[in-house]
Amino acid sequence: MTTTPTSTPAAPEREAGGGARLLGSLLRLREVPVTLALIVLVVVTYLANPLFLGAQGVKDLLLNATIVIILAVGQALVIITRNVDLSVGSILGLVAFSTGTLFATFPGIPIIVVFLAGMALGALLGAVNGLLVTVAKVPALVITLGTLYIYRGLNNAWAGGKQYFAGDRPDAFGSLSVDTVLGFPLITLIAIVVVVVVAVYMVGTRPGRDLYAIGSDPAAAELFGIPVSRRVFLAFLTNGVLAGLAGVLYASRFNSVGATTGSGLELDVVAAAVVGGVAIFGGSGSVVGAAIGAVLLTTITSALTALRVDKFWQQAIVGALILAAIIIDRIAGLRTAKKLRVSEARDV
Amino acid sequence: MSNTVTTTPALDTSKTLAAEPRGRTGAARLLLGRDAVMIYALLAFVLYGMIAIPRFASPVTVGFLLLDVIPVLLIALPMTLIIITGEIDLSVASIAGLTSALMGVLWAAGLDIGTVLAISLLAGVAAGAFNGFLVAVVGLPSLAVTIGTLALFRGLALVVIGDNAVANFPPELTAFFTSKLGGTGIPTVMIGVVLVALFFGVLLHFTPFGRGLYALGFSKEAATFVGIKVARAKFWLYVGSGSVSALAGIYWTLRYSSARSDNASGLELTVIAAVLLGGVSIFGGKGSIPGVIAGVLLIGTINFALRLGRVSDVVLIIVTGTLLIASVVAPSVFEAIKRWQHNRRLRRSLPQVPASGETNATAPGVQERK
Amino acid sequence: MEFISNRARKGRGARRVSVLAAAATAFALVATGCATGSTGDSTDGAAADGDLSITFIPKQLNNPYTDVVLGGGKDGAKQAGFASTQVVGPLEASASSQVSFINAETQAGTNVIVIAANDPDAVGPALQEARDAGAKIVAFDSDTNPKYRDVFISQVVAKDVALIQTKLISEQIGGKGEIAILSATANATNQNEWIKFMEEELASNPDYKDIKLVAKVYGDDDDTKSFQEAQGLLQAYPNLKGIISPTTVGIAATARYLSTSDYKGKVMLTGLGLPNEMRPFVKDGTVTAFALWDPAQLGYVAAYAGKALVDGDITGKEGDTFTAGDMGERTVGKDGIVIVGPPTTFDKNNIDEYDF
Repeated sequence: MTTTPTSTPAAPEREAGGGARLLGSLLRLREVPVTLALIVLVVVTYLANPLFLGAQGVKDLLLNATIVIILAVGQALVIITRNVDLSVGSILGLVAFSTGTLFATFPGIPIIVVFLAGMALGALLGAVNGLLVTVAKVPALVITLGTLYIYRGLNNAWAGGKQYFAGDRPDAFGSLSVDTVLGFPLITLIAIVVVVVVAVYMVGTRPGRDLYAIGSDPAAAELFGIPVSRRVFLAFLTNGVLAGLAGVLYASRFNSVGATTGSGLELDVVAAAVVGGVAIFGGSGSVVGAAIGAVLLTTITSALTALRVDKFWQQAIVGALILAAIIIDRIAGLRTAKKLRVSEARDV
Repeated sequence: MSNTVTTTPALDTSKTLAAEPRGRTGAARLLLGRDAVMIYALLAFVLYGMIAIPRFASPVTVGFLLLDVIPVLLIALPMTLIIITGEIDLSVASIAGLTSALMGVLWAAGLDIGTVLAISLLAGVAAGAFNGFLVAVVGLPSLAVTIGTLALFRGLALVVIGDNAVANFPPELTAFFTSKLGGTGIPTVMIGVVLVALFFGVLLHFTPFGRGLYALGFSKEAATFVGIKVARAKFWLYVGSGSVSALAGIYWTLRYSSARSDNASGLELTVIAAVLLGGVSIFGGKGSIPGVIAGVLLIGTINFALRLGRVSDVVLIIVTGTLLIASVVAPSVFEAIKRWQHNRRLRRSLPQVPASGETNATAPGVQERK
Repeated sequence: MEFISNRARKGRGARRVSVLAAAATAFALVATGCATGSTGDSTDGAAADGDLSITFIPKQLNNPYTDVVLGGGKDGAKQAGFASTQVVGPLEASASSQVSFINAETQAGTNVIVIAANDPDAVGPALQEARDAGAKIVAFDSDTNPKYRDVFISQVVAKDVALIQTKLISEQIGGKGEIAILSATANATNQNEWIKFMEEELASNPDYKDIKLVAKVYGDDDDTKSFQEAQGLLQAYPNLKGIISPTTVGIAATARYLSTSDYKGKVMLTGLGLPNEMRPFVKDGTVTAFALWDPAQLGYVAAYAGKALVDGDITGKEGDTFTAGDMGERTVGKDGIVIVGPPTTFDKNNIDEYDF
């Protein structure tokens, strides 16, 4: 789908012409394993239970993946800069609850306004993360672990035992996750647009490519004249906006939003990105890979149920997949490094 | 970023900017370092609680409080060593959960309790060795590996025991795990916990292996250069982490006399928060066991005080998050202010030096911190 | 760690300042927290009987069903004459999370602890300690192991709850076909008891001989998980005719899935639900009828039972009677169980008459 400008720490000459082509073709490999796994999974499940790819089955698969896709795209941006954002589940929860509140307090509020408000709130929360990380120079893991607690606490304090149900929201809003165009539910189309836009931005623009440079070697990126802090802040901000969007869509799809909405989601999201080939130490991977990773993980859940496999295996399989993804990543990295050495030697 | 501290030697700024001698050792370090401050903070809070919080000053507090913090306290010990080497282990709570599930199934299958405990502990050792193999031998990033095993081990716990719970452990044993040492209110199991703490404390602070871990956290290359077997050291740390997590899992199961797959879930975050609050640097190379113990106890005490005051857990969550961020952001902010003041002083005292050489060197760093 | 770019080395002074700052924050937060806590929740009712205190520990806070139960409990406690009523509890319904709350109440010398147990055994030792210290234990909603409490206030006769649900599903699917159960957590004492009675009834009652229970799944009282479990059920069992969900979270999540899918109107759903939550699904035809008791009454009776225990009017043995305010006289049954009332069936004709 897209070529990814990527580099590994072992490859400082990322702009080199001949090497880049070779690198590009190799790195596309990183999305290949996860895509293959997804295809195999879907085919095997379909053969065992044809209902899996029935109209309703496909729709369910897409709907299940939608929210995690959006979150994984945002997370990929952050991870590529060698950071991580653990607070996304809490951001999603806060935004989902505020969406419920908006509809309940202002009946007849235009849906688009709710979307914008949700994304603005997400942006604000993401900006807090970004500021703390870039200004205080403290690792994102610690900061976002802190904001994970704080945002969740705020959500609990605000919501208390209050929950808003699907019945409190306009039918048009709920039907965003019911109505389909060409077999795709509307909210899934939103997710696809997000993936395409962010993917194009990452490949086609300078700031997008800067994120890879920062993740590969922050010190070098700074020396290179890249405004590191600003770019990292941008990544967190974007991730916040996307988590906000996901929060609004959550309210559209599910019945109730309350104090605990979205808790524990951060692990799934990081896992989706990692399984999709985004290296956890930054600098490589793509948002498309992350999105496919999200589809794979959510499909596994459905497939296990459709195959009537003991659902207790599900989490263990997810764990094994994450490990497999890291190992594949390492092998790919080693091979790239070797090829590079060979090509460099030839150039000399 | 280490390149920010660049000064021109001619300006004689080294006195203010260069690091103080870091080499305080032994008692001096223990009494004057950051850990000491953590301990003073703990003591101050306990004192505050005894004066200001009704019913706080009682041996019952000691018992309940310690029973609550023991799992975190146990796991925090090996976690300290791991974070000091610049790695992390997110799978600890899942290992505890897996141990608990295994205990339940084996006990329900009618095995002798001694055998059950031994097998469960071995499972923890194996889980730790698995992590250690992937991190130390294969050389994969520990964050990614342990996120994977976090899901994997919890998943295996579910596979082992499923939705069931096993509760009928021998009453003498479960009673022992909540029993107290005479009238002191101190739980009997604390003896074991103190032994484990002593083991890790001595290992870290009084052996060449421990000092090597600090070197490892500062620079892997340097550590290799001075003869530390990096891979072997890391491997054994993860084995230690797995074993202690298994102990925590056993404790959890017997204290609540309930073996379930979701036992101790989410505990890894509490442990890491406590370790960081206890003064261990997430970058590695810095931290100590006494500081971490004080950190764990401080969070535990605040927690307990809030419960006694019947304050909702909502406040607790926010307090934990804020403490965590404050403990890591405050030094950076302080550093930034100091640097800014220093630069201002520099500019004032040396007006004849044009902005070219000196400010170019420090300006980017300062700008970033604004 | 390798993935962190910000490798700032700090001086000792800075670290020390940070601890002080952190400690100061802690003090401030705790101080303000305690201040709000002591004024916030306590309902200083007419202190008729000196200063008796009662504390409710639900399965988890911030759950709509729990809020209704606790609302009734607070009313009951006030009317029964407790000077102080508290509600404490964990934010997530895990087995061991209630223990430290029980400990704190023991230390506070609370007279009556009313608890809905997440795990019948995990809370046991802590409750025993509380009893040793003189507290009376009332279990409600979900029982503990009977040896750890004085009485258990049950919504309804467990068997009645089970029977009404099997009856409703049988009517809705026309007496034959495959059905499944979507429950709360796998360890939930109350749900498991109902499920056991449902299974027995389906096996023994000849009216139900054509109904086949094909699966039991657990949504853990989590909206998202219940939603996905419902979805999985329908995919795995294409011939499924009906779902019973004996938990308010599960039935609402399942209803939401059905109403947004092709299965709407084809697969029947019943169980236990809150009328306010289920109203749209009853109106749009996803759900024909479901059942529940009045949750507020549960808390109300629990408070009065606590008062009777403290006063020594009852001890929890079979045959004891006490007066539960407006609810009239209640009798302690076998195993110290007090029954609150019969379940109500809700459908589109009567649902608008209820507001909880």
